[in-house]
Formats: sequence, structure tokens, C-alpha cells
Amino acid sequence: MAETKILTARFDLPNSTSIDTYLKTGGYQALEKALKMTQEEIIEEVKKSALRGRGGAGFPTGLKWSFVPRSSPKPKYLVCNADESEPGTCKDRYLMEKDPHQLIEGMIISAYAIGANLSFIYIRGEYWYLIAVLEKAIEEARARGYLGKNILGSKFELDIIVHPGAGAYICGEETALLESLEGKRGHPRIKPPFPAVVGLYGCPTLVNNVETLSAVPHIILKGGDWYRQLGTEKSGGTKMFSLSGHVNRPGNYEVRMGYPLMQLINEEGGGIRDGKKLKAVIPGGSSVPIINAEEAARCNLDYESCQSVGTMLASGGVIVMDETTDIFETTFNLIKFYKHESCGWCTPCREGTDWLVKLFKKIKSGSGTQADLELIERLCVNIEGRSHCPLGEAAVLPITSAMKRFPEDFTKRVRKTLPVLQPA
Amino acid sequence: MFSPQTEAKIDALIAKYPYKRSAILPIIHLAQLEQGKVTEEAIHYIADRLDLEPVEVYEVVTFYSMYFMEEIGKYHLQVCRTLSCMLCGAEEITAHLEKKLGIKPGQVTPDGRFRLSEVECLGSCATAPVMQVNFDYYENLTPEKVDEILKNLP
Ligand SMILES: Cc1cc2nc3c(=O)[nH]c(=O)nc-3n(C[C@H](O)[C@H](O)[C@H](O)COP(=O)(O)O)c2cc1C
Ligand code: SF4
Ligand code: FES
Repeated sequence: MAETKILTARFDLPNSTSIDTYLKTGGYQALEKALKMTQEEIIEEVKKSALRGRGGAGFPTGLKWSFVPRSSPKPKYLVCNADESEPGTCKDRYLMEKDPHQLIEGMIISAYAIGANLSFIYIRGEYWYLIAVLEKAIEEARARGYLGKNILGSKFELDIIVHPGAGAYICGEETALLESLEGKRGHPRIKPPFPAVVGLYGCPTLVNNVETLSAVPHIILKGGDWYRQLGTEKSGGTKMFSLSGHVNRPGNYEVRMGYPLMQLINEEGGGIRDGKKLKAVIPGGSSVPIINAEEAARCNLDYESCQSVGTMLASGGVIVMDETTDIFETTFNLIKFYKHESCGWCTPCREGTDWLVKLFKKIKSGSGTQADLELIERLCVNIEGRSHCPLGEAAVLPITSAMKRFPEDFTKRVRKTLPVLQPA
Repeated sequence: MFSPQTEAKIDALIAKYPYKRSAILPIIHLAQLEQGKVTEEAIHYIADRLDLEPVEVYEVVTFYSMYFMEEIGKYHLQVCRTLSCMLCGAEEITAHLEKKLGIKPGQVTPDGRFRLSEVECLGSCATAPVMQVNFDYYENLTPEKVDEILKNLP
């Protein structure tokens, strides 16, 4: 087995971003086909494909589309989530950089399916250079009649606005993203109502990840069944994995869902650096539980298999750590990330992440005790399930999973009991 | 308040969105690019253009990590400190820059040429370690490469 290049098929072509390259390689044929289908037929095809959201939550895409009330008199919006800031994840960047028309075609089909006439690409501000790439592609598409009014003579109308964020991980969370897009601080909203019903400007809004939308043209052109059989029964298609950390060939690799994790590390990734042994893997971006080498050996890259070893596929950011890695240090690194990115709205997450950083600092300085580890565990319990949005949970999972699987990396840092003062 | 080019871009942004408040993030980016930081005057001006209270602009400016109300410096060296980069030597890159420039993260060199920052994941984890200089990515860094990059900045 090796890579299966569907989404990445055009990446190595010369001028892969130009509309001419795109058209020569089958581009915009799916759109022509889609415009002859009904909205229900498109949604049905996407349901059949077993495509699940590639942004992290893994929600079935066709089902999400069917929640948008198409008969609502309000305008509907499509928002492409290009905030990509989950540590370990760097795939959407290349999907936009190398094949922007694939994303645009996916967006036009998706917007047509839910009846949206305006759409946005919310792109993290750090990807500034990509704004020009996307806007050029949008202009090309408009000039050829794929965007704007009366697309390919169908009376369907769509525009795409590229919108830069300004540095905030939380704005990847869909409701915080919508707040941000409305021109406010990125604080998440209470769900329900879900964005599909009450989203941008109070209107029905479909939010999908770059990779999810990029898969849509392939599903429409070749059929949902074809897409599904590329992967496993429940996890259809292919997925991009960003491989980083202690491997010889880090990079983005597109493989079939269900591909063995160790094969990705050893074959695509060329194995662990410097001939070292594997210690741990975070398979789905920083917010999912860390697993050990034995679990990694049993883990395939699909939603169910990841779950069976106690972790999640999520965004597909695979972070590899060799035997020399100190899991206390890597966990400390991540909790600092979550403290920095906590939006400050709710107390458990805002105060909890701050306390956690303080406790890790204390332990790192050498003055930690067993009681501090217990306090960390209690703090985690009080954040998990008690925060306003899933970021609180995301901050806790890396810690609890690390302490459970690599307890010695924590216990060796602390004193068993409080020191008793000895008389001189 | 701004150069004619920036003013034209602001006009176009305001016209682009269904509700003009949505244009706030790109407008603040433009203001900061032109003035090297987000000034009080810019906040009042943007509020005026978007029919907002100045505090509504201020609260946005202070929420997002890419906006600065103090002078950024000519080159903003933003070294990613998050996990994938840490595993590939980010700490060494930061230490090298600290030594070379004589400043700590969060500080600006006395001549205003460099600001050093440790930032969170830049979405470039497979080419770690990474830093962004203003908006440009520099990937697969080594201390030698960093020297080369600084030398070649105009
Ligand atoms: C804290 C947090 C950060 C998130 N960051 C991103 C992100 O950077 N990109 C993304 O596509 N989804 C992100 N998500 C998931 C989105 O909320 C949402 O589920 C997703 O955009 C839906 O698209 P999909 O179904 O196509 O995956 C994040 C979620 C949370 C809770
Ligand atoms: S859990 Fe954290 S990020 Fe989410 S709303 Fe609360 S403070 Fe904000
Ligand atoms: S961890 Fe440094 S770019 Fe992602």
C-alpha cells in the first residue's frame, strides 16, 4: 500500500493553481454535473460517500447538510473553515496553496446544495500569502462563469469572500468563527441552536473544513459509492495526514481511511529519526489523547480504530515522539498552548488552564509533590464537561491520557511526601 | 487618516460584506500594516467608519494575537514554540535568536529593527522548526539558516 492521491492528485503538476491546469484535469466537470442534479440528490450522494468532517469533529457531512432548512426565507451562507490551527495539522494550507480550484468547486457545489448565494473562506491570518492565491483563483473562476450570477446558465448565483482571521485558535471552533466573522471577539456560542439553523447573522449557515469541501467534487463526479469504497465501511474515502515530529520524512500524506498508523510512520515517514524506537504518538492533532507504541501498532487511521485504542482521528495531525522524549515536557508544552488560547469566557477553562500551567511549572522547578499530581487530576476533572465549549476538554485530554499512559514521566519529577524538617 | 491606497481598500472592504462590521478584522490588519501598530486614532477612525463605539474596536484589537498596540518593529520574528516544532528544536532556534539579538521574547531591539516572539502553532508542523518574519514563512530552520535569513533581510 502507499499513498492514494485523490485530493492531492494535482499537487505536483506545473502551474497546479491555474484554472487551465484544473480544467485540463477534469476540473469543474463535477459542477456541471451537480447543476443538473437536484439538491436532494447531491445531499444523498454525499451521505452515501460516508464523508465525515475533516476539521476535527468528524460529523457526517451529508447529514449536516440535510439540517440546513432550505425552505427558510432567510439567506443561507456557506463558510469554509480554513482557520487550521490545531497543533500538528498543516494540510488545509497545501490544499489551498496547491489546488485552490478544487476547494472553490467544492464550495460552489455545497452552496448550491443548501441554497446559499454568498460564502466565505475564513482563513487564519498567518496564512496571509494564501489570500492572494485564493483571490486569484476566485477571479479566474468568475471570468469563466463558475462564480457570480447565473453560473453556467443555471440561474444559480454565488460569490466567495476570503476573510482573514487575526490569530486565535478558538476561532477554528465554528461558533467562535461566526462571531469573529461578524466582527466580534471570538467567543463560542451556546449550542443548540446549531449554525445549520442559526449561524452567521442569525441565518442558516453551513460550516465545513477545507479538506471536507475539497472532497466534494470527487464524490459528485465519481459517485458516493466509489468514494466510500476507498476507505472503510464507516469511514469513507481518503484523508490527508500531517506527519510531524521525530520521523525521517515529515510531510503531508494522503492515504485511504483505515491505513495502518505504523505504516504511515515507517513507509511514508521513513521511520523514526536516528534509528530510535517509538515512544508515543498523538494521531489526530494536539487535542486528542496520546497513545503508546503498543497501541500505535494496533491503530489504523479511521475513526473507529482510533477510538478502539482510546484516542481520536480528529484533524489527522500525527505527531510522533521517539524513546528519548519526556512526556512531562511535551504535555507541559501543550498545556501552555491551551492556556494561551483559552478565550477567557468561562471560568473552568480560563482559570483551570492557568492553574495547570502554574502546577507544571512548579513540578518542573523540582519542588512538586505527589499532591500536586493529584491536584492536576482534580483540576482536569473540574474542567472536563464543565466548560462552555470543547476547548476545555481539548486542554484536558492530552494531560489525563499522558498521565495514564506514561505515569513514570510524571512521578519521577515529584517527591513522594512532603519533606520533614530535620533538626540540625 | 490613511494613504489613498489603504483608504481605497477600506472602502472596498466595507462595500464587500452584507454587514460592514464584518470588515473589522481585515481593516485592522490594513491599519497595522500601514502604521506599524494599531494606534488610538486608528481605533477611533475604524469605529467611525463602521458605526461602532471605539470600545467595540478596542475589544477586538485586544482579543487577537496578531494585533499590537505598541510598535512591532521592522521585522517581527515569530518562532513557533508548539509541540511539533519543540520536538524538532524550536527552543534552540529561540535561544540562538535571543543570544544573537540580545533580547528576550516579547522585546524589541533598541534600533527597532527586530521584535522576537514565541508564537503558537503556525500550521507548518511538517516543516518544523518554523518561524514567520512578518508574513513570510521560513521552514526547516537551523541556527545557521537563521543567521542567513537575518543577513539577507533588507
Ligand atoms: C477549539 C476548537 C478548534 C477548532 N479548530 C478548527 C480548525 O482550525 N479548522 C477546522 O476546520 N475545524 C476546527 N474545529 C472544528 C469546527 O468547530 C467544526 O466542527 C468544523 O469546522 C466543521 O467542519 P467539518 O464538519 O467539515 O469538519 C475546531 C473545534 C474546536 C472545538
Ligand atoms: S472552554 Fe475555554 S475557550 Fe471555550 S468558552 Fe470556555 S474559556 Fe473560552
Ligand atoms: S507546531 Fe510549529 S508549526 Fe505547528
